[in-house]
Amino acid sequence: MRKKVIFRGVALPYLLLLPQLLITAVFFFWPAGMAVWQSTQREDAFGLSSEFVALENFTDLFRDPIYLNAAWNTAVFSTAVAALALGAALFLAVQADKQIRAAGLYKTLLIWPYAVAPALAAVLWLFIFHPSIGLVGRGFAAIGINWDYRVNGGQAMTMVIIAAAWKQVSYNFIFFLAGLQSIPTSVLEAAAIDGARPMRRFWTVIFPLLSPTAFFLLVVNLVYAFFDTFGVIHALTRGGPGNATETLIYKVYVDGVQNLNFGSSAAQSVILMVIVIGLTAIQFRFIERRVHY
Amino acid sequence: MSGTAIDVERLAAAARRRKARDRFFTYLALTLGVIVFALPIWITLVGSTHDTDTIGRGDVPLLPGTEALNNYAHAWAQGGGGRNTFAVPASTMLWNSLIMALVIAVGKIAISLLSAFAVVFFSFPLRMFFFWMIFITLMLPVEVRIIPTFQVMTDLSLIDTMTGLTLPLIASATATLLFRQFFLTIPDEYVEAAKVDGAGPMRFFKDVVLPLSVTSMAALFVIQFIYGWNQYLWPLLMVSDRDLETVIVGLTKMIGIGDTQNEWNLIMTTAVFALLPPVAVVVLMQRWFIKGLTETEK
Repeated sequence: MRKKVIFRGVALPYLLLLPQLLITAVFFFWPAGMAVWQSTQREDAFGLSSEFVALENFTDLFRDPIYLNAAWNTAVFSTAVAALALGAALFLAVQADKQIRAAGLYKTLLIWPYAVAPALAAVLWLFIFHPSIGLVGRGFAAIGINWDYRVNGGQAMTMVIIAAAWKQVSYNFIFFLAGLQSIPTSVLEAAAIDGARPMRRFWTVIFPLLSPTAFFLLVVNLVYAFFDTFGVIHALTRGGPGNATETLIYKVYVDGVQNLNFGSSAAQSVILMVIVIGLTAIQFRFIERRVHY
Repeated sequence: MSGTAIDVERLAAAARRRKARDRFFTYLALTLGVIVFALPIWITLVGSTHDTDTIGRGDVPLLPGTEALNNYAHAWAQGGGGRNTFAVPASTMLWNSLIMALVIAVGKIAISLLSAFAVVFFSFPLRMFFFWMIFITLMLPVEVRIIPTFQVMTDLSLIDTMTGLTLPLIASATATLLFRQFFLTIPDEYVEAAKVDGAGPMRFFKDVVLPLSVTSMAALFVIQFIYGWNQYLWPLLMVSDRDLETVIVGLTKMIGIGDTQNEWNLIMTTAVFALLPPVAVVVLMQRWFIKGLTETEK
């Protein structure tokens, strides 16, 4: 789409673009290029010299059980977060869409967690699940469950999933509710007159109409679980116990910032870039098919 | 004939009962949802009104105590909480977070307005190339280029500065896309009229484009303020000077590894401080917030 009437100007449009382009070049393209370059280098133990190793950093990663473990953790974590956050949000949105009193109040009470930072969401759930000061943590102990997410890997994973999903429900809720409200009432009335039961009506009429929204949200939730949950893991478990909650993003940080293994960390960054590019491409391919609000 | 009348009545009564049951279930489900959402906040709010020992013993108070004033005053002025960290007053951290969020939100809106204006209202060589260059930054979040970005920041000696904390986060593909889409809906006649009146492009920008964009700017501001306030990995990497600590990172440093001996009441007080500004923005500007959210994702 283009404007027919435009301004003339030789230097002005470039000047207007300059601030954005400068920041983009210096802080986005330059480091991304460096990441690609560093991913082909290996430094010696003292960081004094580096040599070109082509794709060796990558092949090493795919043989490294700790890296494969992080990839598996990421798969489990993202699937669980997306499923939980989408399921809960869809259920609540369907309830809130019904003609009830105080719908606006419920809506407000359900959307505010969007404003909570992932790391802060983790802290709030820590107050609940902490084995010695938390309500649920102590409750578990009282009924004889051996609960301590600081030593039990499965419990740690459950906790980061709950904290990460909790924060994302509001976002999904807003989109599902908007999607539900854009379904014409005539369609729903027609289904009701045909005598379809509410559950059947939901799966055969409403859900198919919502599926573009659901698909869009699925991609957004996966991106969120992959890249925006660093704070949740850092605040709650630091990737532990052992490597039980170490995800791909967390490992880039640990290898780069703590272990100072720049070549490997850069190779991991490059792999993650490929994943983001893939997810973003899918997201934009399907945008035209999305419902419009 | 009276048989059918009774049937109809019975059916109607059954339908009414079913409706009442459905309604009850709806309220129950929503209320449970709200409780699950509110429980962590309630526990935190209540915790911030008790003394250290009550929480440390594991009593898990469910009703507010009497130490609120003490805790809030102490956390605000002195900080505290962790056993192994130097305390940073919450007021310092909140101030840093506020500046960071405001600079990022206003900066993003400003440079995106300018670049979208250039892309939509001018024709010049490499226009689409630059547009795609901005677009592609969507695919390069900080998280995937941690180490090289850190090295760039070191080279530019921007570590431990507010500039380093904010400037790299100001580039924004989403804001540029949003403004571009909005500018495309401005009728060509407006530009023609401006040209007839002899107004230059910047005059047109100031007198026509800016006033028309106020709604979009408000919606974006809400989203970007929250984005800036909630930054975590970036300040964690960029800041070691504790005078520049932001509140979300500062809070998790207070907790450390979750030591039972922490001053949990002060940690919870700081969590409330960290929570209030962005939640207030979302709740008070709800209309803009929903508009911003649904439109930036288009």
